[in-house]
Amino acid sequence: MNVTVKEIQAWLSDFAEVIEKNKDYLSDLDTPIGDGDHGNNMNRGMSEYKTAFEAKQPTTISDTFKVLSMALISKVGGASGPLYGSAFMSLTKSTKDITEITSEKQLGDLFENGLAGIQARGKATPGDKTMVDVWYSVVQELKNANLTKNSIETAKENTKELQAKKGRASYLGERSIGHIDPGAASSALLFQSLLPYL
Amino acid sequence: MKKIINEPQDIIEEMVTGIVKSYPDLVHRIADSRVIAKNSGAKQVGLISGGGSGHEPAHAGFVGNGMLSAAVLGDVFTSPTPDQIEIAINHANQGQGVLLIVKNYTGDILNFEMAKDLADMNDIPVEIVVVDDDIAVEDSTYTAGKRGVAGTVLVHKILGDAARNGSSLSELKELGDRIVAATKTIGVALKAATVPEVGKPGFSLAEDEIEFGVGIHGEPGYRREKLQPSKELAKEMVSKLTVAYDQKPKEIGVLVNGMGGTPLMEQFVFINDVLNLLLEENIHVSFHKVGNYMTSIDMQGLSLTFIDLADSTWQKALSAEVSTISW
Repeated sequence: MNVTVKEIQAWLSDFAEVIEKNKDYLSDLDTPIGDGDHGNNMNRGMSEYKTAFEAKQPTTISDTFKVLSMALISKVGGASGPLYGSAFMSLTKSTKDITEITSEKQLGDLFENGLAGIQARGKATPGDKTMVDVWYSVVQELKNANLTKNSIETAKENTKELQAKKGRASYLGERSIGHIDPGAASSALLFQSLLPYL
Repeated sequence: MKKIINEPQDIIEEMVTGIVKSYPDLVHRIADSRVIAKNSGAKQVGLISGGGSGHEPAHAGFVGNGMLSAAVLGDVFTSPTPDQIEIAINHANQGQGVLLIVKNYTGDILNFEMAKDLADMNDIPVEIVVVDDDIAVEDSTYTAGKRGVAGTVLVHKILGDAARNGSSLSELKELGDRIVAATKTIGVALKAATVPEVGKPGFSLAEDEIEFGVGIHGEPGYRREKLQPSKELAKEMVSKLTVAYDQKPKEIGVLVNGMGGTPLMEQFVFINDVLNLLLEENIHVSFHKVGNYMTSIDMQGLSLTFIDLADSTWQKALSAEVSTISW
């Protein structure tokens, strides 16, 4: 594989479209165990990314991630804004001098930095029923050169049977079981949008 | 949904404009931001609070001399973003640093912490006091911890007075943590709030049903029951709060807070019952307040807050004059 700034930008622009299409789906997931606005919040962030992208015209992988992280931090709000923002801020730093990503292993290492950014901010660990569950699985699968649509879907679906230990859903205790975590679902969309470019 | 609005997505913008137009002598808006700041004041540590909108008059109503330096307004029930909080920090900092008073919700904590990180890069000293006064939720490692609710307003008031009287940032942080530990709140809901952009109530209660322990965003409480007379509600809530203290307090402040859809008439009936019970319990009430201070849009219900006033300077701070829209 050979992922350059061109593929990264195509991926993120696809992701913005996917979020817009799945806005209601994500907000519906957020209704029983959150406050029902995850899709709207993510969509606000990704449409800001599109605007900021046009204005700033980033030309490197790192600068593209920077535009994305600032858009998410300043427009999403809630918990998702800082969490996704921290992930892409870490990726901004770790892709500083990178012009092409040539293996799944290398991409996995980079996303591991993104995951570390999320965990440093939100303190969640795998199994807490959060976006971390999907990011963690994706990092492992990439390192094993084994990332597929199915493995991403499974990581998302697996959050269903977990009891939430972080975020607003944690107040529900056992009643959070039986619902897919909305942050895990938006993360799954993120990585599924990436698959065509690997 | 029946609401006096224009477009749901314009509510916050139009509300912010309405607030500053109504009270130009007290507050102003920092240009192109969601920050409402007090007009002037002596040099002091800056005090900032904020959070999702829908809790009016919190927090903009408590901006002014003797309380907050500025409030940051998020979307309905959604934390404001770090860039907006940073604008408030830069504005409120007069060289002595800034204290952020944050209600304990994951979104608020993450956004305010991120703003603190941004301020650190600009060498502005910032401390955070996290308010988690709601005793309905167990504080355990398996949840995001207790929630911040109406007691936050009392934290604003006592810290505001201390800041005005020259306390340093580290003194305010230490004082803030002590006030939070002494403040406990429990809520009851009769009918859920309707978020304008959602258009339907967040949960449903039968006509004769109430829920004890609900949060200010309609988060679930600890028990659903048939509606009871005010006296019985007061008994349940007073006893819950009293046992939440390690030692039964001798002297307290009481805040009865309407959630937005409950008339003052009912709130006064309720505080009458509360004060009678406290008299029986031999707990002296040296400060009390009734009204809508930390609402949940149009939720019907109220919350009861106790603050242990063993430290008598707090009672003075609560009673001190301030110039705000809503205290």
